[in-house]
Amino acid sequence: MALTTESEEKIKQLIDKFQNKPGALLPLMHAIQDDLGFVPEEAYPLIAKAYQLSIAEIHGFVTFYHHFRRKPSGKNILHICRAESCQSMGSESIEQYCKDKLGIDYHETTADNTLTLEPIYCLGNCACSPAVMINEKVIGRVTQSKIDQIITESKVKA
Amino acid sequence: MSYKIYIPIDSTALSLGADDVYKAIQDEASLRKINLQIVRNGSRGLFWLEPMIEVETSQGRIAYGPITIDDVPSLFDAEFYLGKAHSLSHGLTEEITWLKNQERLTFARAGITDPINIEEYEKLDGFQGLKNAINLKPNEIVKIVTESGLRGRGGAAFPTGIKWQTVLDTPGEKKYIVCNADEGDSGTYSDRMIMENDPFVLIEGMIIAGIAVGADQGYIYLRSEYPDALKVLNQAINIAKEKGYLGKKVLGTDFNFELEVTRAAGAYICGEETSLLESLEGKRGMVRYKPPLPAIEGLYGKPTVVNNVISLATIPIILDKGAKYYADYGMGRSKGTLPIQLAGNLKKTGLIEKAFGITLRELLYDYGEGSATGKPIKAVQVGGPLGAFIPESQFDMPLDYETFAKVNAVVGHGGIVAFDDSVDMAKMARYSFEFCAIESCGKCTPCRIGSTRGMEVIDKIKSGVEVEKNEKLLRDLAETMVHGSLCAMGGMTPFPVISALNFFPQDFGLEKTDAKA
Repeated sequence: MALTTESEEKIKQLIDKFQNKPGALLPLMHAIQDDLGFVPEEAYPLIAKAYQLSIAEIHGFVTFYHHFRRKPSGKNILHICRAESCQSMGSESIEQYCKDKLGIDYHETTADNTLTLEPIYCLGNCACSPAVMINEKVIGRVTQSKIDQIITESKVKA
Repeated sequence: MSYKIYIPIDSTALSLGADDVYKAIQDEASLRKINLQIVRNGSRGLFWLEPMIEVETSQGRIAYGPITIDDVPSLFDAEFYLGKAHSLSHGLTEEITWLKNQERLTFARAGITDPINIEEYEKLDGFQGLKNAINLKPNEIVKIVTESGLRGRGGAAFPTGIKWQTVLDTPGEKKYIVCNADEGDSGTYSDRMIMENDPFVLIEGMIIAGIAVGADQGYIYLRSEYPDALKVLNQAINIAKEKGYLGKKVLGTDFNFELEVTRAAGAYICGEETSLLESLEGKRGMVRYKPPLPAIEGLYGKPTVVNNVISLATIPIILDKGAKYYADYGMGRSKGTLPIQLAGNLKKTGLIEKAFGITLRELLYDYGEGSATGKPIKAVQVGGPLGAFIPESQFDMPLDYETFAKVNAVVGHGGIVAFDDSVDMAKMARYSFEFCAIESCGKCTPCRIGSTRGMEVIDKIKSGVEVEKNEKLLRDLAETMVHGSLCAMGGMTPFPVISALNFFPQDFGLEKTDAKA
């Protein structure tokens, strides 16, 4: 899929912005993802050329980090913490409840494109486990009814 | 007449609805025509009481919590803004036993004020350490840090002063201070709390580190899972710049120090210092061979101090009050205090800063008051996903690096996750391998392949396939990983696995034998 002219322009602007910054790839990829919602593969050759890197290096970089998405997400992203503290407070049943209720597995998006489900390994909210994060908002002591509320709200926000 | 109210803005308080409570209190106050001055402060870390609001009175601050929006009308009916009685009142905040019995040095200010109010920071002894440091020679600063006995609070417990001395002694035009804020261990949140609730103390610590070793550039490598901390840090850095603490000629001296935050991207391995440096350089976070140590060849090959948030945030009080003041806390070679984080299945969770030497039992039962579910605590995991599971029989161990090391456990970053007796320890052991497989950088074979093989072997044991042979294989694999891995990821994943196997063999379907600890 080719990039839209608008996206390509944006990516080029960002490439310029970080051109002289040491360790540019990390802030650049964040900026691209913050703007477009993901890092399109079509951006790799542009970055590779500007930063004198190989396309393989760009691919290697993007795929190393869990945070970077290579395809668009749904309108909202629900991260469920899978780490030990949340497990000790029953996060597995929350995980299963979300998967069943949404009819999707991790790394998938609902058919109506409102919600993408992702695992995450610790939100630093371990004093109030189990925890989830909807977009950038952390929710503590999560129950099934809190999940219902998140899902309902995400449909409105879509 | 206006009344001063504090409503926290810490992300755990927010995760429990602190913003909704803030709005409800504002609405109710305007409805009742009561003039409130609301400060959004940090959290004191009494997370079992969050959202905890406080009211300023002539006697001191009175705490109410946990508050939900439904409690707001009754709080107003009781005239809480005058500090009056209510069923959710806990009296004076400073007198709450949980808080009163702590020894807060690193966390002396957290939760008291608006985190980015620099005047309040200054009023509460902020920047005193820095002001002392600028009148000292670099080696005098390093000497104080060494004498304080401070050891790396990220988990490795390497003496901070010795690390600084190495960077100071290594000649170089360019040196760096890197703050490891990639707090990925489950059960830990003290770094997040410092960054969200007292960001200037971290900034101050980094400036002092810069002066001590001759570095003029600092980076805070912050995990992407902490969006709130990112906002607070960036605001605080800008304010500190405006006030002349950062940038050219810090406080009118010849010393320059620039500081910026770099957002990480969700890789646990980047909490390992060499992997972190690779990532900061814009590469895959692949672990480097050591030597050379980062202190000699670190970021872009230059001498670099890599310290955890808590280590750096503890520097200001050491420079303010002196090495002896800090070293007088603690036991043995574990000097000073540790911000301990109670997490998981406990009634009362939160931050407890205490001198080393407190026992797990005191923490779990006196502070934690047992499990949240009311069932017996079966095990705790201390020090994150690479820390051993500790059974009840070892709960009388004092928190001390050397005591823990003796039983193959780690204090780590001071996070304690409690599990009640419904936990299946074989499942937890399998998860340790699974996590290692997901997060391994893949550079060394024991970690990359061992983690997946480990899962398979545990599955076989649990399904009763050649149990004796597979148990032997599992122990053999663990030994290979411990001795053959490049870093702690593969090298310590066996700690939780083998501790689970030794102390809870019945969960693996094995006969209970004498613990082979």
